[in-house]
Amino acid sequence: MGSYFSDDTVNKSQELTKKWEDEVAHSVVQSPDQKSRWSTVSDLEIKRLYTPEDIKDTDFARDIGAPGEFPYLRGNQPTGYRGRYWTFRMFSGMGSAADTNARWHMLLREGQTGLSTAFDFPTLMGYDTDSPNARGECGRCGVAIDTLDDFLTLVDKIPLDKVTTSMTINPPASVLWAMYCAAADKKGVPLSKIGGTIQNDMLKEFIAQKTFMCPPEPSVRIISDTVEFGTKYVPKWNTISISGYHIREAGSTAVQELAFTLRDGIEYVEDAIRRKGMDVDSFAPRLSFFFNSHIDFFEEICKMRAARRIWAHVMKERFHAKNPRSWWLRFHTQTAGCSLTAQQPYNNVVRTAIEALAGVLGGTQSLHTNSLDEVLALPSEHSVQIALRTQQIIAEETGVANTIDPLAGSYFIESLTNKMEEEAWQYITKIDEMGGMIAAIDKGFPQLEIADAAYRFQQQIDHNEKIMVGVNKYVTSEEQPIPTLQIDEKVEQEQLKRLADVKRRRDSRAVSADLKDLKNACITGKNVMPYCIKAVKDMATLQEICDVYREAFGEYRDPGLF
Amino acid sequence: MAERRIRIMVAKPGLDGHDRGARILARAFRDAGYEVIYTGCHQTPEQIAAAAVQEDVDLVGLSCLSGAHGYLFPRVVELLKEKGAEDITVIGGGIIPDQDFQKLYDAGIKAIFTPGATLDSILDWIKNNLKPRE
Repeated sequence: MGSYFSDDTVNKSQELTKKWEDEVAHSVVQSPDQKSRWSTVSDLEIKRLYTPEDIKDTDFARDIGAPGEFPYLRGNQPTGYRGRYWTFRMFSGMGSAADTNARWHMLLREGQTGLSTAFDFPTLMGYDTDSPNARGECGRCGVAIDTLDDFLTLVDKIPLDKVTTSMTINPPASVLWAMYCAAADKKGVPLSKIGGTIQNDMLKEFIAQKTFMCPPEPSVRIISDTVEFGTKYVPKWNTISISGYHIREAGSTAVQELAFTLRDGIEYVEDAIRRKGMDVDSFAPRLSFFFNSHIDFFEEICKMRAARRIWAHVMKERFHAKNPRSWWLRFHTQTAGCSLTAQQPYNNVVRTAIEALAGVLGGTQSLHTNSLDEVLALPSEHSVQIALRTQQIIAEETGVANTIDPLAGSYFIESLTNKMEEEAWQYITKIDEMGGMIAAIDKGFPQLEIADAAYRFQQQIDHNEKIMVGVNKYVTSEEQPIPTLQIDEKVEQEQLKRLADVKRRRDSRAVSADLKDLKNACITGKNVMPYCIKAVKDMATLQEICDVYREAFGEYRDPGLF
Repeated sequence: MAERRIRIMVAKPGLDGHDRGARILARAFRDAGYEVIYTGCHQTPEQIAAAAVQEDVDLVGLSCLSGAHGYLFPRVVELLKEKGAEDITVIGGGIIPDQDFQKLYDAGIKAIFTPGATLDSILDWIKNNLKPRE
């Protein structure tokens, strides 16, 4: 086999390392290490030195290879970022649809290359603004969308055949996507021309993000409907963005993020094949992923490289996919919100730059850089501009896009990539043995693994074993508050007025008939998408459609595990 | 008679699902020897107040990161008062801008903890300020 180094090199390395260890044993008596144990931010132990010995079992052709070739460790594209940079896709949404549309146009003017929406909590949970559950929440964490009317305002003067849009939406993903399709139709853009992503990843909601509506099983069923519909009619759309981002934000380690995300992906592929009888190669190329880029630079780069290699093996060997595009793991990255600090917020610009750089060196295809004030509020226009400029500086000034996967071959990088891959496989196998991800969620397995990791990290911070600058070291007593974006209470009142107005204007008999048809589709196992599109065109509200799901499939309640 | 153990309810009002902090706190309180009830996410103020009374807790810790604290936190205090349980101490945490603190204190929230607060600082506050209910 083509091992990475010759036996001779490994032997010499062993000899030299032995000598070095002896010397170190003497010198550390004089000046001991600052810590007894060195580990990544996720507590993966790190050695003092990495040598050829650490990757002696790595086979260059089999495990590393060339970019654009299986197992895609070095990237899906043979030319890396030379052909084009990653998509600069800033996540944004606040207040009303008109407010968010204005922010989108501002970002496009400033050089953003893809759109990405944040919805407010009522929208995310399938409630209208006039629901008692929605009080106080309208427009606060994202944009409020109740009907197609709002959606048309959101995409006003956005060329849907030219710009791709990512929608961070999960339980009501089918409804928002139906609105997107209906909006395209109204603007005369055929479904075959629109491109974008719906997050539509429900399993990680039960594991981490806690935005759910129906229980796991029917939630996955609705996802398979969207996969099937997209494959047939909306071929340029990414029908799921399988998301580790939230798993990490909930406190997981990098390995847990890697493992649970990919295992969720396996679950979706299995469901689409089993439930819909689809050929894996017909839909797998449109699956996409979403990772967190945290502050531990090398751990993140290795996580992303390992992710590509694991997925390539999963698709080829577990699902027997034949199309190389099915083997690709395509992913978006967001810098870690949970790594930002409310203390000394300008430091967040630096953290975000380093995390973004890790995302780029890990080979991301799309990137959101957090704004310095995101730990305090939705980003102001000024702070979001700095965040976007951070990406542009990395792309255009630093030279890191000049060559592909420049860290490959490093003893440390390859060894850490291998280690993360091994540990992720252990989790994946364990979940397989439990009977799959839904069974594991029912047992509370991923939830409690993450809770353990989050608690351990907090204790490490409290005991100064891990450092957060400005929080437990280099603390300043007097801090100047920074200006933050405020959401006016008027937003809720105006949204309520618009919703009431739509309800008055529409043909309520048509809406009732549409909802009845949708419910029937839910019960009989027909694909829900065409019924959703019909309903939103008749101005059925988001909640009315989601209530049909709740009635047909039941509601999921948080078991409150800790 | 054995001394009654202090009971703490960690609650997530509103639609926000960011429960990392709430779950970490629930564990920390349990490890510190308190009896802990965690509501899970997506509770209405009505559900929280009813559960607090029913579970006979001494303290309710509210966590909210969605920006809806201005409505949700005072509403919980108000409902506890309506139920004659104004002696249940209510504290809050999450993403709460400084300029909102006074309004929340005025509404009866006894302490507010924001990002960067250590587990020890919260436990200390409870030790020094929480009076178990009669």
